[in-house]
Amino acid sequence: MIEVDHISRYFGTVAAVDDVSLEVERGSITVLVGTSGSGKSTVLRMINRLIEPSSGAIRIDGRDTAGVPQEELRRGIGYAIQGHGLFPHWSVARNIATVPSLLGWEKARIARRVTELLELFELDPALYASKFPHQLSGGQQQRIGVARALAAEPAILLMDEPFGALDPIIRAKAQDDLLALQKRLGITIVLVTHDMEEALRLGDKIAVMDSGRLLQYASPQEILLRPAPGFVERLIGGPDRPLRLLSLGKVADLAEPGSAAGEPIAADASLRDALAILLWRRADSLSLAAADGQPPERVTLSAILQQAGRPA
Amino acid sequence: MSQAAGGSDLVTDTLPPRTASRPGAPRPAVAIDRLGALIAALALIALLALPFVAFKPNRILSGKGVGFLEALPLAAALGGGLIIIAAAILALLRIRPWQRLGVASAALVALALLVGAVPVHLVPAGNALARVSPSSGFWLLLFAFAILFADATARLALGPLQRVAMLALALLVIGLILHSGLWDGLSVMREYAINADSFWQEGRSHLALAIGSLAAALVVGLPLGIACHRSATLQGILLPVLNIVQTIPSIAMYGLMMGPLALLVAALPVLSDFGIRGIGTAPAAIALFLYSLLPVVANTVVGLQSVPAQAVDAARGMGMTDKQRLFKVELPIALPVILTGVRIVLVQNIGLVTIAALIGGGGFGTYVFRGIGQAAIDFVLLGAAPTVALAFTAAILLDAAIDLLKGRRA
Repeated sequence: MIEVDHISRYFGTVAAVDDVSLEVERGSITVLVGTSGSGKSTVLRMINRLIEPSSGAIRIDGRDTAGVPQEELRRGIGYAIQGHGLFPHWSVARNIATVPSLLGWEKARIARRVTELLELFELDPALYASKFPHQLSGGQQQRIGVARALAAEPAILLMDEPFGALDPIIRAKAQDDLLALQKRLGITIVLVTHDMEEALRLGDKIAVMDSGRLLQYASPQEILLRPAPGFVERLIGGPDRPLRLLSLGKVADLAEPGSAAGEPIAADASLRDALAILLWRRADSLSLAAADGQPPERVTLSAILQQAGRPA
Repeated sequence: MSQAAGGSDLVTDTLPPRTASRPGAPRPAVAIDRLGALIAALALIALLALPFVAFKPNRILSGKGVGFLEALPLAAALGGGLIIIAAAILALLRIRPWQRLGVASAALVALALLVGAVPVHLVPAGNALARVSPSSGFWLLLFAFAILFADATARLALGPLQRVAMLALALLVIGLILHSGLWDGLSVMREYAINADSFWQEGRSHLALAIGSLAAALVVGLPLGIACHRSATLQGILLPVLNIVQTIPSIAMYGLMMGPLALLVAALPVLSDFGIRGIGTAPAAIALFLYSLLPVVANTVVGLQSVPAQAVDAARGMGMTDKQRLFKVELPIALPVILTGVRIVLVQNIGLVTIAALIGGGGFGTYVFRGIGQAAIDFVLLGAAPTVALAFTAAILLDAAIDLLKGRRA
């Protein structure tokens, strides 16, 4: 668990971060979202002490990070940034091996870990290990950047606009991959973005920041249903708020006994997708792909619409 | 390159855009290479209108020019003349770069052989005083075909290793010609024969001065460059000062070194035990060191500035110490730019050492100044030719090293 306890950071007399407190649960994804200059990156960079807080404390699993030598702290925390930050003069394998080498791992162990990570990120080690960063596509560079951040098996991964340099299609794939990866590894991720869509999609919890202050720290549902008045409300108050809300819910949440015609939908598909299919088919119910021997289930248009509106 | 166009080179624009017609301009029916036209014109003027060699009754007296035809036995003159004219015509046409390179090489080798044959023909047997030197015709021919050679290699866009191989081959050919004694009759080689011992001695001190002052500049300049990169204040003070140092004319700089050093040695006589005096190697080395500092420091700063900010951020964020970041990330990424500075310094120093001979610094400049003093132009050549060869070799080797480094990371 990461506890950010009343931290502030002043540059001169300007407060880049003003008395921010939040707790990040182990094994969750927390997204810091805000415009540029909101202080979100500064908060992130104070977690691994790239920037020192002017006041306040940050504790990881109860231990005050100010008492841990900077380099030791950083080697234990994954760090991935926009535009990947790969070292252009090193091969992919050597880039990934950066932190394990700093930690003095044995060569064989490093080589095994590099191969393992390349396979995890669906890059053939035989083909990619010896390539240089400039020989890769933007999406591949980004994946290597994340692989490098994970090399020493950190429990925490800090990501600063990790998908900022990717085009929209590759970005969506990268976001899905990150969700799958987090589920698989169970690591704690703190991610910074200026894109509310990305925050809603990735975050278990979202921290909205503006002018150095934390305006709201809550789950995506909470933020959409009960945004803090002012900045947060304006940020998510667009006409597509009902659709954003639906994309957070799963079909399984609204399943009821019964059957319906047509191609069934997966139980873990989003309500937004279910709504889209129903509208397209001009139907009012949709069957769920049922596991063997289970009674048939369906989801209805009216149940979905019920879910999409402002809470009473 | 545009080699795929097959055999139609003579009529179509198959060469790179540098010599291609301007866009929109009508294409000539038979393509003439513009640079080739200049080379051909130079070669023909040199061959027909200028003296090929100068014949002097002894080494001091000024000589009289001898044309190409009179300078050589008839068969050699006709054969050699034909080769040069053929090469000039081929240079005129748009042929492929490899063919161009072949033509240039053939012409240069022919030129080397021809000039070697002149003394045997012109100097009567038993006359030990008469001297034969290459004259304006020879030099202009050499210049024309050297340009053709350089142009061909540029169009081939050779890789770094190929360029080094080419250099090795050229040095080998020159070495073989020198070793064979083919040029021994030429005046400059007779000066060499008289000064053979001191020639290699001066060569060693020439290189020692050029490389030694570079090494000292690296030892001091690299840390200074790193410090300048980190401190804008230091950079704002140091770089302008080094810029001013760079603008001091070399002769003035050598002069400036003499006074303070002489005073220093007078105050601390023990220094003279280490060979430090107001004149000689010490002031030369210090002056060269000062000249070397600006390129080393400035290129170190520029190289470090070229390191992507994200790579630096990532290095810090992953827990590299400042030292690890400097040696594992920043300096290696900056290395090609720093090496560019080293190349500038080395080539510049090899040239500047020549002038150090004025204050007794030694090196090939010794021959240059002695030659000027005695009005013996061959003596000047004995100092100048190896200096040019050294600078050229250094430039090609370092360029290749820089390209190799860059190539790996594009």
